[in-house]
Amino acid sequence: MHRDSVANTILVAGVLCIVCSVLVSVTAVALRTRQRQNAEREFSMNILECCGLASETVDIKQVFQDKIERRVVEIASGQFVDSTVYSKLGIDPATYDIKKILRNENLYDLLDGDRDTASIKRLEKYAVVYLYREQGTLKQIILPIRGYGLWSTLYGFISLDSQLEKIQGITFYEHKETPGLGGEVDNPKWKQQWHGKTAFTPDGDVKVKVVRGKASDPSYQVDGLAGATITTRGVSNLVEFWLGPDGFGVFLDKHPFIEKLPVAGG
Amino acid sequence: MAKKKSKDVLLTPIFSDNPIALQVLGICSALAVTTKLETSLVMCAAVIFVLALSNATVSFIRHHIPSSIRIIVQMTIIASLVIVVDEILKAYMFEISKEMTVFVGLIITNCIVMGRAEGFAMKNTVKASFLDGIGNGLGYSFILLVVGLLRELFGSGSVMGYPLLSLASEEGWYVPNGLMLLPPSAFFLIGFIIWGLRTWRPDQQEDH
Repeated sequence: MHRDSVANTILVAGVLCIVCSVLVSVTAVALRTRQRQNAEREFSMNILECCGLASETVDIKQVFQDKIERRVVEIASGQFVDSTVYSKLGIDPATYDIKKILRNENLYDLLDGDRDTASIKRLEKYAVVYLYREQGTLKQIILPIRGYGLWSTLYGFISLDSQLEKIQGITFYEHKETPGLGGEVDNPKWKQQWHGKTAFTPDGDVKVKVVRGKASDPSYQVDGLAGATITTRGVSNLVEFWLGPDGFGVFLDKHPFIEKLPVAGG
Repeated sequence: MAKKKSKDVLLTPIFSDNPIALQVLGICSALAVTTKLETSLVMCAAVIFVLALSNATVSFIRHHIPSSIRIIVQMTIIASLVIVVDEILKAYMFEISKEMTVFVGLIITNCIVMGRAEGFAMKNTVKASFLDGIGNGLGYSFILLVVGLLRELFGSGSVMGYPLLSLASEEGWYVPNGLMLLPPSAFFLIGFIIWGLRTWRPDQQEDH
């Protein structure tokens, strides 16, 4: 058969396609479990890091299973939602992926400009929050947060103590800010600053903020990132948004966490 | 094409006929993944793997490839290999693959890979093509590693994540050069390397 004949062309193309697709599928299937484990581990790691439980030595999976509970919250009403309700909507807290949720128009609301201080445009109706318990006692509440920085949306978590007084930790698991400048949101030293900041004023307004330059009142201010004014402002705005009335404000108000759940050492 | 010795096939692409410095190919990924030495290293390994195997495969079936669809055939082989590499990285080097994001997938569009398949593997034996793939991969790696090393050292004060220069933000003396972490710095560094190479080897200079 001649090399440039039509028959040979079709034959070569066909065989090549089959061989290549088999190669690609075999690799993808063979590695899928491992990749999924990686992704899950990474996710648990982020939550544990946010509430200060992560370290080199702990068994991430075990600690997460023992101490962290996932609950679905309706953002507008601030109520916990039962599994019968959310499973009907196709939400599974264990595989909840915010990006998928925001593509399903039944599961998000559009935010108009002046309310959208974190520049997220779409607000999910149901969010997954994480409760960290130590021997049955609620210690921290971990909330998902996100908002626009300079180049990209930053996705992360923020953790509050069960009294809702102080911030326990913050972490971002995805962003594309400039390495070395805005990218310093990943700097452990900077994240450490958040620990112990007063979250709310006595009236319930959001108090904690990131300031430009050095914080003058370290009880509620966090130092800005040098050379990253816009990322700094973005982080400050997004924290304010998610702790505020359009974010988890209603949820945090509605739930007298202190009375409902036994307090540590109480 | 005159038959070249295996050693030459392997080694000329590093200094004499460097794909980045002389042919100015594959610049895109050289800018993107060289903020750290570690990602540069992984990128180099990935490119060497893809180049060597795509060259060998294309050469192996070169007598059967109809000329009308040869580019598509090469692309299919390259794309399949790149997907395999990407999957392996996601499974075994998850942290690094996250940092490299789309740039592993973009090896498909790296002109060096395509260029060697079309320019070399279509006319040479499997063994020579395989070595040519490794050689060009090493040439690419040489530039990437130099750029990655300099960018990480001067941009973050560390090498492979180990702090070498004590940073001013941590009470040290070194104020990191932020430009080094941005893509344009890779352009400048590659420019300097090309300048250096062409001063050392004047035969690489283009005619005026």
